[in-house]
Amino acid sequence: MTRVLIPSGALGLGFDHDALMKGVANKPDIIAIDGGSTDSGPAYLGQGVSKYSSASTKVEWRDLLLAREKAGVPLVIGTAGTCGSDQTVDWLFDLTQQIAKEDGLKLTVALLYSGQTPDVMASAIESGALQPLPAAPELTIEIIQSCTNIVALAGAEQIQKAITTGADVIIAGRATDTATIAALPLMRGDHPGAAWHGAKVGECGAIATSQPNTGVIQIDFDDTGFTILPLADDTYATPNSVSAHMLYENSDPFLLYEPGGHLDVTHATYTALDERTVRVEGSIWVPGPYTVKLEGARIAGYQSVSIAMLRERRYVENVQTWANDIKVKCHAKASQRLGLSASDFQIDLRLIGVNAVLGNMETQTSTPHEVGVMGVITAPTEALAQEINKMLNPYLLHHPLTEEEPMPTFAFPFSPPEMSRGAIYEFCMHHILTLNDPMDAFRLEVRKLANV
Amino acid sequence: MSELGDLAEKVRSKNAGPFWLTIDIFCGSPDRFAHIALHLNNDYIARRLAVSVTDIKRFDIPDLNVIKISLPRPSIQGTRNDRDMHGAQWANILAEMEMPDMG
Repeated sequence: MTRVLIPSGALGLGFDHDALMKGVANKPDIIAIDGGSTDSGPAYLGQGVSKYSSASTKVEWRDLLLAREKAGVPLVIGTAGTCGSDQTVDWLFDLTQQIAKEDGLKLTVALLYSGQTPDVMASAIESGALQPLPAAPELTIEIIQSCTNIVALAGAEQIQKAITTGADVIIAGRATDTATIAALPLMRGDHPGAAWHGAKVGECGAIATSQPNTGVIQIDFDDTGFTILPLADDTYATPNSVSAHMLYENSDPFLLYEPGGHLDVTHATYTALDERTVRVEGSIWVPGPYTVKLEGARIAGYQSVSIAMLRERRYVENVQTWANDIKVKCHAKASQRLGLSASDFQIDLRLIGVNAVLGNMETQTSTPHEVGVMGVITAPTEALAQEINKMLNPYLLHHPLTEEEPMPTFAFPFSPPEMSRGAIYEFCMHHILTLNDPMDAFRLEVRKLANV
Repeated sequence: MSELGDLAEKVRSKNAGPFWLTIDIFCGSPDRFAHIALHLNNDYIARRLAVSVTDIKRFDIPDLNVIKISLPRPSIQGTRNDRDMHGAQWANILAEMEMPDMG
């Protein structure tokens, strides 16, 4: 039997401290937490930074390091710093060093790096080791070379390798959401279908329970299944809450692909052991070729944004015509004055209150009493994006619906109105890489912190 | 006629990675599940979300009274034309879909 304590769905989201202490008192074999997701977009991987504040992360990470100290078991985090880049592994290691020094902790830390070099990826394309998944964008060697970060998603094997070093703390770069939870149960011979299925249920912390915000859950894995128990007071796991979790952020509700195979939960059974504990059996692990998924991000231009607001009824009623006219005129002016060709840059005017969320897919047509106009300029450099945005300003401020009317003036919330967003990024890989040895695409380093 | 959002307990959408969107319709009871499953039209979903109907993966799950629909994201997450980083507001297109009332 392997008992895994899961403090939260992600470091930085917060968790119930008392529930965590209860989990420590229950003598877990390991504490595992996820540190990331692609869900907030490509900029984090592109820049190699965390979504969450360093201060919040440090407060929560300290709590976990002290819980680990008390429990005397390994603490493992996967996809450190939102994107799991080499930079964010180093960032979390730096916070770990600070905490160890401040609290006098003696720690051995294993660092698992998932970063890939463009050259190795380019030769993997040529050898056929790198293959697209469904709905993948076109990938060329040129695109690979332009990535600011490429990571491979580690599976259980790489996490196990890090556990085997005997480290107190494992900071892993990009890994599958499930790998850090499944690694130890698999290593100790627990049921493989149960290990992956339990890990999938647990990777979002308490989201598969009645109170998702409490974070802390405990999963016991054994040779026939797993048992999930939420640890905060008055929080319940039910067969429905647990089985429904396979739906979450997963395109197939029965299958989950991992390095080296896939999980099939078609025949899983969910049984309430008491009013808050659920037992799951019958999930199957189907071994397959050893592949790891890749993620890459690159700069896709530079953006500058302006916001103007319209309250005058006639303009609100005709805002689409007004915006279309501005777009055409400003685009022509910018092309001419900056010597750019039409496809070098884009001017997008999103009408907040009309169709800003759904764009062309919007079918509702009611007239609001005010409209926000978000001008989004995308250009090849930051300076050009700002220049074009400055050319847009007189239009957003004063553009009349017809030539014959007095010049209108619209509301601007800021001075200056142009907000540079700097580089924008795009995900450009949805591919898998075949490996001969699971460690072929990963690097493991062990550091000792003696701050006593 | 009713809207799907009124017939179902909950309609949610979310990214399934940067390239896929997944929509879960929690019907709430076996008879609602049967009614919605009968009237939910894949062609309509494909048209409204601007994807090819052959790209739609649909799972009718009676054990959970859930219908799950997965499709390539209408725009890749975070690209210049993407308007919804988490993909959660697309669910409203389905929630506002008209359907016959429950008998």
